[in-house]
Amino acid sequence: MRLALMSDIHGNIQALDACLEHARQQRAERFAFLGDLVGYGADPSAVLERIMPLMADGAIVLKGNHDEMAVNPPTEVKNIGSSTATWTHSQLDPDQRAWLDALPMTVQLDKILLVHASADGPELWRYVYDERAATASLDAATRSPEVRYVFGGHVHEQSLYYRGSTSSLMKFTPQPGIAVPVPSHRQWLSTVGSVGQPRDGKPEAMYALLDTDRWQLSFHRVAYDHDAAAWAIRAAGLPDFFADRLELGR
Amino acid sequence: MKLLEPGAVLDGFLIEECTHAGGWANISRGGLADDRTGPGFPMAMKIPRMTAGDGAENIVSFEVESQIMQVLTGSHVPRFVAVGDLSRVPWLVMEYVHGRTLQHWLDTEMPPSVGEIIHLGVAMAHAVHALHQQNTVHLDLKPANVLIRDDGSAVLLDFGLSCHAHYPDLLAEQLRKAVGSPAWIAPEQVVGVRGDPRSDIFAIGVMLYQLCTGELPFGEPQTAGGMRQRLWMDPTPPRKLKPDLPPWLQEVVLRCLEPEAAQRYPSGAHLAFDLANPEHIRVTERGNKVTGTKFRVHFKRWLKAAGMHYQPSPIASQQIDEVPIVMVAVPHNDVTDATLYSLRQAVARALGNRPGARLACVTVISSSQTSSSEDHKSESTVHRRYLTSLRQWAQPLDQPGQQTSFHVLESGDVAQAILDYATGNNVSVIVMGAATHGLKTQRFIATVPIKVAMDAPCTIILVKQSVPFELLGASVSPRDDKSDGHSDVDTGR
Repeated sequence: MRLALMSDIHGNIQALDACLEHARQQRAERFAFLGDLVGYGADPSAVLERIMPLMADGAIVLKGNHDEMAVNPPTEVKNIGSSTATWTHSQLDPDQRAWLDALPMTVQLDKILLVHASADGPELWRYVYDERAATASLDAATRSPEVRYVFGGHVHEQSLYYRGSTSSLMKFTPQPGIAVPVPSHRQWLSTVGSVGQPRDGKPEAMYALLDTDRWQLSFHRVAYDHDAAAWAIRAAGLPDFFADRLELGR
Repeated sequence: MKLLEPGAVLDGFLIEECTHAGGWANISRGGLADDRTGPGFPMAMKIPRMTAGDGAENIVSFEVESQIMQVLTGSHVPRFVAVGDLSRVPWLVMEYVHGRTLQHWLDTEMPPSVGEIIHLGVAMAHAVHALHQQNTVHLDLKPANVLIRDDGSAVLLDFGLSCHAHYPDLLAEQLRKAVGSPAWIAPEQVVGVRGDPRSDIFAIGVMLYQLCTGELPFGEPQTAGGMRQRLWMDPTPPRKLKPDLPPWLQEVVLRCLEPEAAQRYPSGAHLAFDLANPEHIRVTERGNKVTGTKFRVHFKRWLKAAGMHYQPSPIASQQIDEVPIVMVAVPHNDVTDATLYSLRQAVARALGNRPGARLACVTVISSSQTSSSEDHKSESTVHRRYLTSLRQWAQPLDQPGQQTSFHVLESGDVAQAILDYATGNNVSVIVMGAATHGLKTQRFIATVPIKVAMDAPCTIILVKQSVPFELLGASVSPRDDKSDGHSDVDTGR
């Protein structure tokens, strides 16, 4: 099975549509959305209208910290992360909020554990930026002995962690479009990047595609109409910063 | 695992005679056991040995080799056929390549002539360059892993310790330690660096040293301390052991063996270029010396080496892209000074600020220009004349440390001569004049620049003159009446 792994869409419908189309061209058979469907971006409702029918057709959808904030927006804005939560909340209808609220924190698919942040306390939204955090997440996940893979988002970068010849994890930065063998006799953890808000200096949307027959993982970068997405943010009256960063990928 | 007897069948593969029973794997020839259509070339099956005493490294190496073999292409590696399920019975089927290993060569043909050393060295350097272009560094080159085909080309074997920049390095670890064969391993590998293409250049250096002298430059150290010696120690100069060895060859061998990777040849293409053009090698004290390095020098380096530690390596193909071989085809007749000037400007831009780049200035003359009967047209006289004008043309480009060489090629087909030269020397960029080689007539015939651009194995820059003639002052010749295009045409690969 070819499983498309998409995370951190952040209300960016242009980026989501481009990735969905790219994944279908790559013969993706199933979709998994690893949280943060909304927040920051101008089209949270359109994103949910796209993803809710996919879930009805078997797609997996997880809850992220921004989805939680959109359901229960903070009464005061504490940081940039929560600055758009109230606006996002106002854009969603009650059904959409209820749907978001009911999303699971983790889903296990046979050997694969899906989680937005870290499997080591999913509700704590820990960032998996380095080998140490990756080790904590993978160790927690593999307490279920059948789990060999952990896929997540949250950090907006594409990384693959693996065990080298000693037991500690090593971090690998993948090249876009290249299928990396990830045989199931090893344990792997990957952050699949962000569909809707790349932050590595390149504006192209990120997602990953896992082939579970050949156990190969490909990281993709997809060009999309980021001008339109940025324009929508400005038109909605959201802070310019969120529009600018889409154009720069920062 | 027991040695599989000839006649045994494993996952549809019929095992024939065992050609290699090594420390960690057996290799047998064989074919398909049923009547499916095979790949059309002879095959060999490699089965790792996994008895109770064997460490986990065996199977990891096997995993690494299986991954890398599946993506490598070209004539310098055995073609991949199939791989078994690692969790069941691991095996790898690949092309069986006819030839002799360099080890066999060393065991039976010593001492080789200088010509034979050149051939073997060029073959190895080309093979290694082809590998580096595919982002793979071999890291375990040794005479047993280099196969020489009957046509003289080299095939690299055994990718069990190799590193491919596109895949997680399964052999890397946090506590970096040396992985490789002690006699051939590069100094940076000793401190755990995996992925520097110049580590393979070092290993070729060790093999060239063996070919030149019959000895190993650093012996076969058994301890970590013994291996660290090469971080600071120069080997005995080959000419001390073999006084009749030409200094240029020692220069090449010792440059490959420099303790610091940055002092070695920056790519296999550069090494092959020098071996194929010994007359262009600038022989330094390194090539001439016949006594060992002084204790004082070694002691200083030993202090420096004590601080050497692991650093990550850049991606192999990017690293060799930084050290291009730039070739310029300089026309010798019917050419304006403005064109020659523009050509030089374009070469300067192509070389950019890459200190490791090398420049090959080539001019193609027709064979009829030389004659064996008339003295003033003798080959050497004519060539010398053209070489002198090439040197004069290139003089403003001269940078300290940059390697520039000059070549006169004789051929009736200018385009083909340029293409052959570029292919044979792994040239990265060809710079040539557009108008002077007849771009204007291209509608009627396939002119030289068009033919070169169509078939070039690399980037080609076609240069039109781009300077107002006033700038050239008195040197403008009266023929300069053309004022066509003012831009360069760059055609990517």
